[in-house]
Amino acid sequence: MADLMQMLTTNPLAKQLGVPQAARLRRGRELPTGAVVVGSAGGSPSLVRRTLELLGLPVEEALVDTPHTRVSQTDDEGRTREVPAPYPGTVGAVVVDATAATAVADLEDLRGVLRPALRALEGSGRVVVVGLEPDTAGGPTAVAVQQGIEGVVRSVGKELRKGATANLVRVDLLTDAPTTPTDLASTLSFLLEGRSAYVSGQVLHVGHAEEGRVTEVTSARPFEGQVVVVTGAGRGIGASIAEVYARDGAAVVAVDVPAGGQGLAQVANRIGGTALQLDITAPDAGRRIAAHVAQRFGDGARIHTVVHNAGITRDKLLVNLDEERWGSVLEVNLAAQIRINDVLLDPELPGGLDDGGRIVGVSSTTGFAGNRGQTNYAASKAGVIGLVRAMAAEPRLTARGITVNAVAPGVIATEMWGKVPFLTRTMGERLNSLQQAGTPLDVAEAICYLSSPASAAVTGRTLRVCGQLMMGA
Amino acid sequence: MSDQTTSPTSRDAVVVGGNRIPFGKAGGAYAAASNQAMLTAALDGLVARFGLAGQQVGEVAAGAVLKHSRDFNLTRESVLGSALAPTTPAYDLQQACGTGLETVIQVANKIRLGQLDSGIAGGVDSASDAPIAVGEGLRKALIRANAARTPMQRVKALAGIRPGDLAPESPRNAEPRTGLSMGEHQARTAKEWGITREAQDELAAASHHNLARAWDSGFFDDLATGFLTLSRDQGLRPDTSVEKLATLSPVFGKGEGATMTAGNSTPLSDGAALVLLGSREWAAERNLPVLARFVDAEVAAVDYVSGDEGLLMAPAYAVPRLLERQGLALQDFDLYEIHEAFASTVLATLAAWESEEFCRDRLGLDAPLGAVDRSRLNVHGSSLAAGHPFAATGGRIVATMAKLLAEEGPGSRGLVSICAAGGQGVVAILEGC
Repeated sequence: MADLMQMLTTNPLAKQLGVPQAARLRRGRELPTGAVVVGSAGGSPSLVRRTLELLGLPVEEALVDTPHTRVSQTDDEGRTREVPAPYPGTVGAVVVDATAATAVADLEDLRGVLRPALRALEGSGRVVVVGLEPDTAGGPTAVAVQQGIEGVVRSVGKELRKGATANLVRVDLLTDAPTTPTDLASTLSFLLEGRSAYVSGQVLHVGHAEEGRVTEVTSARPFEGQVVVVTGAGRGIGASIAEVYARDGAAVVAVDVPAGGQGLAQVANRIGGTALQLDITAPDAGRRIAAHVAQRFGDGARIHTVVHNAGITRDKLLVNLDEERWGSVLEVNLAAQIRINDVLLDPELPGGLDDGGRIVGVSSTTGFAGNRGQTNYAASKAGVIGLVRAMAAEPRLTARGITVNAVAPGVIATEMWGKVPFLTRTMGERLNSLQQAGTPLDVAEAICYLSSPASAAVTGRTLRVCGQLMMGA
Repeated sequence: MSDQTTSPTSRDAVVVGGNRIPFGKAGGAYAAASNQAMLTAALDGLVARFGLAGQQVGEVAAGAVLKHSRDFNLTRESVLGSALAPTTPAYDLQQACGTGLETVIQVANKIRLGQLDSGIAGGVDSASDAPIAVGEGLRKALIRANAARTPMQRVKALAGIRPGDLAPESPRNAEPRTGLSMGEHQARTAKEWGITREAQDELAAASHHNLARAWDSGFFDDLATGFLTLSRDQGLRPDTSVEKLATLSPVFGKGEGATMTAGNSTPLSDGAALVLLGSREWAAERNLPVLARFVDAEVAAVDYVSGDEGLLMAPAYAVPRLLERQGLALQDFDLYEIHEAFASTVLATLAAWESEEFCRDRLGLDAPLGAVDRSRLNVHGSSLAAGHPFAATGGRIVATMAKLLAEEGPGSRGLVSICAAGGQGVVAILEGC
């Protein structure tokens, strides 16, 4: 039965009938195969070009569609029309620096760059637009223009096919702490590589980190020698998170409840990490995590990243929801990580979070959109969005260069998702711009990006990994 | 003549930690799990806890009491199926219920002698996936048929099989030399020592309550790893009480004086337990914890066949010998772990040490060893509540004791005592680090 839909959607006939097609996504650290072309809107700022140069990416100048550069094209039926001059080959990614766009007319530049590029964009290609935080852009027109860019990018995301994605990165340029190429590098690298396969239609934010905070910009193993703690690591998305950190060089402490010990042991052994069985809701959970790190990784060892992935669901319509189901979800998904963070943030605690450390929460698209039967879950997941935003601004974190972010997965093909009834599942998997479910790897890659030593200028944000799911803006 | 060779200087062997799978009831959650599957799972949990994946440890020593003939290399096969380096040597060792503790002694002594830097010791048993053999008549006929050189000889050999030969032989929980089950033997001992039903039920209830509290408090978070559907011992009954236990009918012994019930006897169980041991240096190099030091051990055996002594009373003899060698009194311990084969085994052993007559006539002592502070005995429960997969019990007890001693602090002392079939008793002393 599961494959009836597969057959219906992958059949050549289905394509002709207009049934949405799920493309095979480019994943991992693979760059696009086609050219990376760079354009701009509202002038010729240097931020994006300097960043790509820092990343060592060869770029080409983007073609710009104007009425006088168009060429005539005749179709099979002899009809002639004017089209943009075509690229000589495929475009792997188009990156547009729109940080100087302040006038409504500047948006035309954006259209001019995107139109020819989209016509040549390869499968799993990338559209990345870099703009300003609108509220810092200046007068009302500039704010409107920068806000307008978001409308463009989100719509382009919905127009793209064959696994291509479109995202907007917002930076600070007109503030006291302007974003530098070093700050921006990890985000551009993530968006261009296959690591961001299931991130589309999103707005990412890059601020500025103190001199020296950003490291490992071009490393393939940015976590080499670092201790990373992942809760809920015994299965599903958590297991993938642990694996990707290990791939990127981290010594992983895999945490899960004792009841999940068998899966946890397998994950820990597969990645050469250590298993730490504990219930994160236990009052001493934070201290036990720190004690484990202090004991096992030698004198002075501290945590680089803690990922609060452990979570539960106890779904019921609110009319049927008792305090036990309500409380247990909030306790595991929200209260526990608040307590653990408070313990690990003690700078004196052996095995606590290091200066320049990272905290990553796991929210959910349900945290943005809500979901029938999930008031408790949505409360906890929306809570995570607020938590990371508020913590990121706390002086006790900013002073130590610690960042706090979250990811919000949409429909992810886990064992748990496989148990969802077929029709609901199939619908859910199609209700996004990429026309498919994401994989646990996609979530893990986003988390690793947010917590990378190179992402010091990214904090307080919740990044959706949902393939531009239609629900919840 | 001068010394031509020197034995390695003795050094400390320490307990780094342990791992077991929750124990299942016979025919319960692990009914379809083999000894090898359970031992491998216990190994993988231990390896994960201490980050030993892909690494070679000095050796793995483990055993099982109930074993299939195909499991002739059970421990080595389990190592090969585990996350340990395939270059890790392993062997099977078997001393009935003393197996687990005997493997600890073996590995600890090799470490003390410098022959090993590290090792894993323990055991596994399944009362569910027990070997069933063909009857003697059938077995002999099959061997003859297999050895036959002509079809005629083969037919003749197989024709010798009688319907009665087809009945399978399953392992029995009985002593080969007396034909009595362990429970029947113990019932005699209980009667001899006048161990009351009430005292047994009290000990059993305490075992369940103590073990349940330990699970609730997270004590086993770093001593056990869930397996299949179990995350706690399947036979554990946190809600049991002396009153409830008093309602059970005796199953061992006969008539008025019968006191032993299913509630105060250990159930048949499935499970595996292991202990990671090493030299202090080995542990320090890997930033591994050191819970307790292995101090000394002793094994005794009694003549239960003639009826001279009770089947499970050997620890009563082993402990005083160990105390004498170490210059310790029975009261010089912070904690005691006495394996609860039956509640009455523990109580009879304690009674013997308090008996002037026993200590004088049997142990040749001037004075009785005296009483054990019961509040220091099996403080986190024992076999009555956890279950008793024969060869796994030693590993469970040593790991529990080592963690308790580490919590007590450096220099704290613990006594471990395990009785075994065949009239043997294995005992050891650990010291907190």
